[in-house]
Amino acid sequence: MVASRAIGSLRRFTASRTLRCPGYTCRNFSASSALLTRTHINYGVKGDVAVVRINSPNSKVNTLSRELQSEFIEVMNEIWANDQIRSAVLISSKPGCFIAGADINMLASCKSAEEVTQLSQEGQRMFEKLEKSTKPIVAAISGSCLGGGLELAISCQYRIATKDRKTVLGTPEVLLGILPGAGGTQRLPKMVGVPAAFDMMLTGRNIRADRAKKMGLVDQLVEPLGPGLKPSEERTIEYLEEVAVTFAKELSDKKISLKRDKGLVEKLTSYAMSIPFVRQQIYKKVEEKVRKQTKGLYPAPLKIIDAVKTGIEQGNDAGYVSESQKFGELAMTKESKALMGLYHGQVLCKKNKFGTPQKDVKHLAILGAGLMGAGIAQVSVDKGIKTILKDATLAGLDRGQQQVFKGLNDKVKKKALTSFERDSIFSNLTGQLDYQGFEKADMVIEAVFEDLNVKHRVLKEVEAVVPDHCVFASNTSALPIRQIASVSKRPEKVIGMHYFSPVDKMQLLEIITTEKTSKDTTASVVAVGLKQGKVIIVVKDGPGFYTTRCLAPMMSEVLRILQEGVDPKKVDSLTTSFGFPVGAATLVDEVGVDVAKHVAEDLGKAFGERFESGSVELLKQMVARGFLGRKSGKGFYIYQEGVKNKSLNSDMDGILASLKVPPKSDVCSDEDLQYRLVTRFVNEAIMCLQEGILATPTEGDIGAVFGLGFPPCLGGPFRYVDLYGAQKIVDRLRKYEAAYGKPFTPCQLLIDHANSPNKKFYQ
Amino acid sequence: VTWVTGWPLSGLSFAAQTKSKKTLAKPNIRNIVVVEGVRIPFLQSGTSYKELMPHDLARAALLGLLHRTNVPKDVVDYIILGTVIQEVKTSNVAREAALGAGFSDKTPAHTVTMACISANQAMTTGVGLIASGQCDVVVAGGVELMSDIPIRHSRKMRKMLLDLNKAKTLGQRLSLISKFRLNFLSPELPAVAEFSTSETMGHSADRLAAAFAVSRLDQDEYALRSHSLAKKAQDEGLLSDVVPFKVPGKDTVTKDNGIRPSSLEQMAKLKPAFIKPYGTVTAANSSFLTDGASAMLIMAEEKALAMGYKPKAYLRDFVYVSQDPKDQLLLGPTYATPKVLERAGLTMTDIDAFEFHEAFSGQILANFKAMDSDWFAQNYMGRKTKVGSPPLEKFNNWGGSLSLGHPFGATGCRLVMAAANRLRKEGGQYGLVAACAAGGQGHAMIVEAYPK
Repeated sequence: MVASRAIGSLRRFTASRTLRCPGYTCRNFSASSALLTRTHINYGVKGDVAVVRINSPNSKVNTLSRELQSEFIEVMNEIWANDQIRSAVLISSKPGCFIAGADINMLASCKSAEEVTQLSQEGQRMFEKLEKSTKPIVAAISGSCLGGGLELAISCQYRIATKDRKTVLGTPEVLLGILPGAGGTQRLPKMVGVPAAFDMMLTGRNIRADRAKKMGLVDQLVEPLGPGLKPSEERTIEYLEEVAVTFAKELSDKKISLKRDKGLVEKLTSYAMSIPFVRQQIYKKVEEKVRKQTKGLYPAPLKIIDAVKTGIEQGNDAGYVSESQKFGELAMTKESKALMGLYHGQVLCKKNKFGTPQKDVKHLAILGAGLMGAGIAQVSVDKGIKTILKDATLAGLDRGQQQVFKGLNDKVKKKALTSFERDSIFSNLTGQLDYQGFEKADMVIEAVFEDLNVKHRVLKEVEAVVPDHCVFASNTSALPIRQIASVSKRPEKVIGMHYFSPVDKMQLLEIITTEKTSKDTTASVVAVGLKQGKVIIVVKDGPGFYTTRCLAPMMSEVLRILQEGVDPKKVDSLTTSFGFPVGAATLVDEVGVDVAKHVAEDLGKAFGERFESGSVELLKQMVARGFLGRKSGKGFYIYQEGVKNKSLNSDMDGILASLKVPPKSDVCSDEDLQYRLVTRFVNEAIMCLQEGILATPTEGDIGAVFGLGFPPCLGGPFRYVDLYGAQKIVDRLRKYEAAYGKPFTPCQLLIDHANSPNKKFYQ
Repeated sequence: VTWVTGWPLSGLSFAAQTKSKKTLAKPNIRNIVVVEGVRIPFLQSGTSYKELMPHDLARAALLGLLHRTNVPKDVVDYIILGTVIQEVKTSNVAREAALGAGFSDKTPAHTVTMACISANQAMTTGVGLIASGQCDVVVAGGVELMSDIPIRHSRKMRKMLLDLNKAKTLGQRLSLISKFRLNFLSPELPAVAEFSTSETMGHSADRLAAAFAVSRLDQDEYALRSHSLAKKAQDEGLLSDVVPFKVPGKDTVTKDNGIRPSSLEQMAKLKPAFIKPYGTVTAANSSFLTDGASAMLIMAEEKALAMGYKPKAYLRDFVYVSQDPKDQLLLGPTYATPKVLERAGLTMTDIDAFEFHEAFSGQILANFKAMDSDWFAQNYMGRKTKVGSPPLEKFNNWGGSLSLGHPFGATGCRLVMAAANRLRKEGGQYGLVAACAAGGQGHAMIVEAYPK
């Protein structure tokens, strides 16, 4: 699932871009001879070492913009021309960020592939000059060193990185549908070996400093320092610079060699890679894997492989040409525009539009220790929020607490946490059966059974014990919040928080406000969600809110398709080959057949004819037979512990046969089946914007991709309409409308867009 | 900065100034005095004490104390020793040592542990017992034997052995044995790292030195100072707390063997021991693994006088502090010093003898810088101003843990006795003892000279 992994990495990518950067002022140099006022870069000389400091103004991060690049070239030319200087150190003055990548807007402003190719060639030339520098250059890396930043670093002769969690190296270009276009595809394989380079460039994963050292991506590590006579971040950067200057001196004095000692495995790998046959096999293997995972929907990975291959097989010059050309081509693709749109959307959805809440949530209480409740607890305690997890039964509570512990312990196994950190995080959790301590709660999130009466009961119980300022949030996927709030004494404090399962993995949080919800309540809930690491969309209350409402018609169509005799495996492969990370039939099993039935019934009542298509009877019979999906071991598929390839549940044959409807031959091709699902989804999403459930198309796209797995390569329903044309979608809908009627009637806003092609959701 | 050259030959010139100061006695609180304190010579681990067990060393220190003071054994109400790495056979090493030394079996004894301030904890526990009227006479001390440490079987092996113990039938035993794997035999060493952070102390010291921008040269110079002063003190016979120890089967050990004044050139040749290749903490500017034991006779003043003793010093105010075990692991003295001075109503200028535990040169110098920084005081200690760093001419004048050695559990008593003996010799009134300890903890105590 490259797509979902891609999105996962996008999260890390942005996380590293939103780090706090306190004001950092450049120091004066004792031996400064070349201090010129430049905007992004300045440099001073320590002995015979030039220290080049990168610090883009008015920004938390450094990006390789045109201005920065031209200043950089200027500075380097001065350094190369100056006989007093024998080596150089490149360092960022921003703690938490070396260079976060190339400036995406610079790419976006390009009108043609040639223009982008030219950008790439400029980058290639600049970095080639660095690589060939006779004066050794040391990159001193603290914070994110990504994309163009990494390409710059690997052009230097030596790399020293701070060994902290903020320091990550990576090539996330693939996540934006492009490739490392400034020599990265050529240099990285030589530095870390072809297999590791492929892994980095094809997954876009971030690599922590200690791992980078082991891979040979950096040469030395510097330990982060605690506070001394200055704050620790400031002193750590200073120390990094001191160490880097020492190494730069020793490099120019030839006291240390650039040759790295390779381990046995590395030596064997590089030997194997020198055999053409082995190389061909590796290319083939990687290509096969990529094709399988991307289903041909993402062009970037294959082009990356191609560029690497060209460089290795035909030499550097051919490699550079191939890289820059493909870079240009990729930047113009719809996929890349869609992915960049998602990136921007995600940055937006990581901000609190509602301002700073009056009260910081320090004590959180969660009702219901089920899968959701415990998941919410896990992402709260590990951010330092004191959390009460309350359940009605000891057995339920035990299960929930164990889930939290396991979630944390899995991180220990992956070395993302130490066992000590796990224990101290786990101490933030209090499991209990009563309402003790709720008098201190700043926020209560209920995740009890999805039944209005139960929700009403707990709301009343909670309101009897919590302080006045306490927010009551309901985690529900479909029950209207205003109905839940109807029994509240303080409806302004009631709000919906729709988490997605599994909570610790899914990034989206859908927040639902009613007309009575106060702005401060919303601000408070968004603040908590952001702290929990979520990407947040805020929508208006209504049946199914936004996400459930979009998914329901698509699921309903899945039922009809199944009733028409298409088997679940086929449905799955049709949806995954369209770009959904999880097949539609499997999704029903994952969500839970009982939940799907609930939602289908509720929304069916609310929206009437428009939501009808497949028969809810199918779900009812499945529930009656106990086929609840993965959680009960049987749904459309049979689930067994430790068995990877799930097989179809043959007991479903009878149910499906009894509910069979005749297929309509003119709307039954594979492509039609796919579009019947997708167009209903898209139409419903646009209707949500039309009705004001959604505030912005961005939130619609983020919600669809991050919550429901809408194909990231399409960028979300709104971006999809923009890129592929509203008219095409309307035509499709009309065709299916003719066969099935109202469920496919295009909404007014979509028709408006089709009628005036200049109208776009994103201008 | 060169610590060694230009060092005044003797501290005696400070002798006259102290008479006018007040005493720190407090109304309605018993005055508590140190009658005497001794230690066996501190040896580098793996040398003459290597065949012994911890209680052997502790017994030698207790016997030395008995010999030096002639205190009747049955007068002693209670015995407390500190230790860090416990020998599992003698987990209450205080009791085993006391019994072996011939103390009355009616005298209770317990062992305390608080990393490098374990002996300090033993002393202050004794102070508490006397102050509260529970006891009149307490022996406090500490012991460490780094020549032998408890290396355990792996958890898997231990589990199998324990299960075997419980197995009733041959079948059960065989089935357990069949689960044996060769990796069960890989041993488990006692952790040298901080449990909460997994960082070794030397590594943390190197980072601390870097955080305070303490250079390698400064650290080497400070270490050289410590060794030079220790050598001088040893040669002049100032280390009067040392009692000889006849080691069974070996010669009598009469003096510390870790004092090695070297040259800066030689020290500069050493490679960094923890942060490689560019760190600054080396074997030469760190304290070494040491075997040793100490013991001290503490009494209520009136009891000591009634028994005809001439006490050496009062034990006055003391504090324990703790802070972040990651980035401030070794800053205990910085936190403890202003606090204990405030408690006692003293200022830095009132102190005549400083005795700080030297874990690493870098740690001492980082503490100096922290104590001398208003910024650090305001941002990390919640104080308005800095306390100031101790004047070097009053600081660890007879060497310190870097040169004399540092048996974890025993160092605290050495510090207090060094302060007491220096006050007597140099004529000062107040001594300040301070130390850092693993876990990010720290301690400080005011020692007041007993009027002559």
